[in-house]
Amino acid sequence: MDESVKLTPEQEKARKQRNLLIGLSVAAFVALVFLITLSKLANGGIAP
Amino acid sequence: MVDLSVTEARTATAADYFALLKPRVMSLVVFTALVGYVAAPGAGDWVLGFASILALALGAGASGALNMWYDADIDALMSRTKARPIPSGRVPKEEALTLGVALSIFSVLTMQLAAGPLAAALLAFTIVFYAVVYTMWLKRSTAQNIVIGGLAGALPPAIAWAAKTGSLSLEPLILVAIIFFWTPPHFWSLSLLTRRDYAAADVPMLPVTAGARATRLSIFVYALIVAPLAFAPVLTGLGHTIYAATSSLGGLAFVALAARVAFSRAGEDMGAKADAPARRMFAYSILYLFALFAALLIERLV
Repeated sequence: MDESVKLTPEQEKARKQRNLLIGLSVAAFVALVFLITLSKLANGGIAP
Repeated sequence: MVDLSVTEARTATAADYFALLKPRVMSLVVFTALVGYVAAPGAGDWVLGFASILALALGAGASGALNMWYDADIDALMSRTKARPIPSGRVPKEEALTLGVALSIFSVLTMQLAAGPLAAALLAFTIVFYAVVYTMWLKRSTAQNIVIGGLAGALPPAIAWAAKTGSLSLEPLILVAIIFFWTPPHFWSLSLLTRRDYAAADVPMLPVTAGARATRLSIFVYALIVAPLAFAPVLTGLGHTIYAATSSLGGLAFVALAARVAFSRAGEDMGAKADAPARRMFAYSILYLFALFAALLIERLV
């Protein structure tokens, strides 16, 4: 018996879009932490 | 074994996940937080300011997702909420929980990184208060649900203030008090129009438990508290001429509309005409709060 999940083209497209969104969110978080760090260093140290 | 058909075979898009974050509540949070940040003393740093307000927005979104996860059963029963992503079947319930928990952690971490422990702790408190105290406990057990739960929606300007200054003072707490006392008359006006939904879903909103008349009177009493309270920032020096004018005129109109509600038969199934004062009160309450905070913002920008 074939247990793999067959996706319709629409579901496939939605999955691609969801994965892209997760990827972009992670990249944005990385960029944000980088910018916060730069800002804190510019303001004289990374202690909060 | 994980059933992949649940998580893979569906057409949920980015818009569905965004809807889980309650974007309209989020926009109010961002706006009041922005005002709290700009109004707080000190120069501030725009990157840290942006990160703090983003953290607040994500925290609010996390609360929204957790609320939709827990409330999926009652959301499915009410016409106002049954098109939400979970009751409509577009997003599995478990994913809203995952999204809510993940966003809670990321938002509090970001706040700690950008603004330090006080703002991060306040944000964590707000998320827990909304998701656990309001959603899981008060909402289904007492008619005072939105009165106490409103604290979560009221805190953002103070969190933003703490993010910029690292401390709290009387001024941001007055802003919190304004939103806190504004929430019940705002929400009760809506619930007069939708009380049948709440009754059907067995949610103890005030019109359901105490009746329409008691709700209309409560709206008026809270309006009498909000209007003078909204003038208080003038006395502490936070608000100036534009704010003083906005809060005086806006407050008078708020009380006047609340009085119209109090003397109406709104929420008694007497038709759209009888309900009109409550509908006007609800619409105006949004404009009123927006105008108050916009006035503070304008005074800082010009």
